[in-house]
Amino acid sequence: MSFFRLRPFRRRRASVARMAKGVEELKQIAVQLRIDVISMLVEAGSGHSGGSLSSADVMAVLFFNEMNYDPKNPQWEERDRFILSKGHVCPIFYAALARAGYYSPEEMLTLRKLHTRLQGHPGKNKGLPGIEVSTGSLGQGLSVGVGLALGAKTDKKNWRVYVLNGDGELDEGSIWEAVMAAGHYHLDNLVSVVDNNDLQIDGRVSDVMNIYPIDKKFEAFNWFAIHANGHDVADLLKALAKARENKGKPTVIIAHTTKGKGVSFMENQAGWHGKAPNVKEAKQALEELRREQERTGIWSGAKVQLQPAKLRQ
Amino acid sequence: MLETRRVNSAAKLPQEEIMQTAEIKLRGRELPLKATRFGYGEGLVELGKRHDNVVVLGGDLTSSTSASLFKDVFPDRFFSIGIAEQNMTGIAGGLSLAGKIPFISTYCVFSAGRAWDQLRTTVAYSELNVKVGGAHGGVSVGPDGATHQGLEDISTTRCLPNLTVTVPCDAIETKKCTIAIGEKIGPCYIRFGREPVPVITTEDTPFVLGEATQFRSGKDCTIIACGYMVYRSLLAAEELESENISVRVINLHTIKPIDKEAITKACRETGCVVTAEEHQVMGGMGSAVAEVIVQNSPVPVEMIGILDRFGESGEPEELMDDFNLSVNDLKMAVKRAIARKKKLNV
Repeated sequence: MSFFRLRPFRRRRASVARMAKGVEELKQIAVQLRIDVISMLVEAGSGHSGGSLSSADVMAVLFFNEMNYDPKNPQWEERDRFILSKGHVCPIFYAALARAGYYSPEEMLTLRKLHTRLQGHPGKNKGLPGIEVSTGSLGQGLSVGVGLALGAKTDKKNWRVYVLNGDGELDEGSIWEAVMAAGHYHLDNLVSVVDNNDLQIDGRVSDVMNIYPIDKKFEAFNWFAIHANGHDVADLLKALAKARENKGKPTVIIAHTTKGKGVSFMENQAGWHGKAPNVKEAKQALEELRREQERTGIWSGAKVQLQPAKLRQ
Repeated sequence: MLETRRVNSAAKLPQEEIMQTAEIKLRGRELPLKATRFGYGEGLVELGKRHDNVVVLGGDLTSSTSASLFKDVFPDRFFSIGIAEQNMTGIAGGLSLAGKIPFISTYCVFSAGRAWDQLRTTVAYSELNVKVGGAHGGVSVGPDGATHQGLEDISTTRCLPNLTVTVPCDAIETKKCTIAIGEKIGPCYIRFGREPVPVITTEDTPFVLGEATQFRSGKDCTIIACGYMVYRSLLAAEELESENISVRVINLHTIKPIDKEAITKACRETGCVVTAEEHQVMGGMGSAVAEVIVQNSPVPVEMIGILDRFGESGEPEELMDDFNLSVNDLKMAVKRAIARKKKLNV
């Protein structure tokens, strides 16, 4: 008998599988996640605002509707796997994990602090459940997703793999190696969502290094390509449902987003890629997001609201 | 983390820790020649038989790295990735997360060079159970020349936390090493070569990851070698015997975690050291040994290795000599080390 292979204990069937929350609730969750992101970033004093905000709706839909997992049992063998290939937007990832129940929300305020479980870019073995692999060096996470999907297919498993990529990240050659391999192996259990906010650090993606047309490139490598409004949860749900139906090829969902979405002075600004708001900016951002909450309704699932020490000064 | 407790696996004596030994005599013997890469391939097959979750990835160098031996026996567990080493490393990471034990192999200039960031971030930092084969290590790769002669991989791998780094000395040991790293949990790297080299060990020669093996006893100087240089070191030691110089030879097959005790014991008992590797002197096995010696038991050290040169085309044996890796170079290094030792003791 091979004792080196991890044999799982017989676990009870997961009590939480797909959350499958509806459109109105997802909108509320997305605002809550944005509020968490701003709170985390102002407390940390550094981090990536723009991309965290642009992917908030995608993350809400993935974690609170689409994916099958159990936050109380992060190693559940049949879980869907999520890889944050654009690792720098980990604030939104940490917020989703907290609000999904992987760990208690107050810990979000330890982002980037010494010895934290919430490292500046996701660290797998720092103790925070829900992180499948360490990311942060762009262009690597999709390959890991391909490996997971390949393993699942080989073993005839039904779990799926979701990877969040950045559009600037598509500059990396290793991304296209992964795209090529996924097409070669017909990995229809793999979905890449590209957070197409059209900006990277040095400016517009078409000026820095033009990656358009994204859809044609993926299709050339034997993928299905779907466009979606990255801030319309209903549209995202439709795209993900279509991805699940697509057989024989992996799917890329090109989510058209606005960098910094939800905070007026951050929207569409390359400069807010790697910057955290200061106290004044955070207060203004939170005011805007709270007004948005009045529109969508406050999410009842948030039992705790973050109280950053920096904002109490 | 970097130290190991050493016990002779044949006879466990609690009061006394004995180094793994296997006296190897070369004089008068006709040794079979076998490339270490075949040991790797055979090791993969054996592992595949023992564990049904061992998988092998190919980077379009399947027969060159001998991964083909595994592919022939277990075609459903072999995945062709093509000439895409960064992706191959990441895919291996993903497969390990799906419960597999993946081996990737390509020339070490690629597996420990081109895909280094993936090895660092996806594999080592995430501590994934991925096994990386570094083929075509050393100048003895031969006619292909510099682009394919990996001379830096020990340096680029040993500096990564959580990564076990191994350089077995012949085909039999490479097979044992492959199996050992396959059965160890955690990221591992194994370096092997292209050309047939003498088989100097046997099935009974001890092999334990992290525990150096003494292949020859001696008291005037110790040569600490890895890979193909172990054979040459034994030749040098035998020739020096006729000059009444007694040389210990240690096979340091595991560069990380390094066997600190074997090294410091050699320093205490023989007083000077020569390191020998088919790799750049800068940052390789010799440097790793020197780090231990300088901090624990400073003695004169001479370092035999590639002296800051890229490789070149040529026949393997003539390249070894051209690159200052000859038996004569080893003998001169031993004599220099002993002279320095004597000067210090006066």
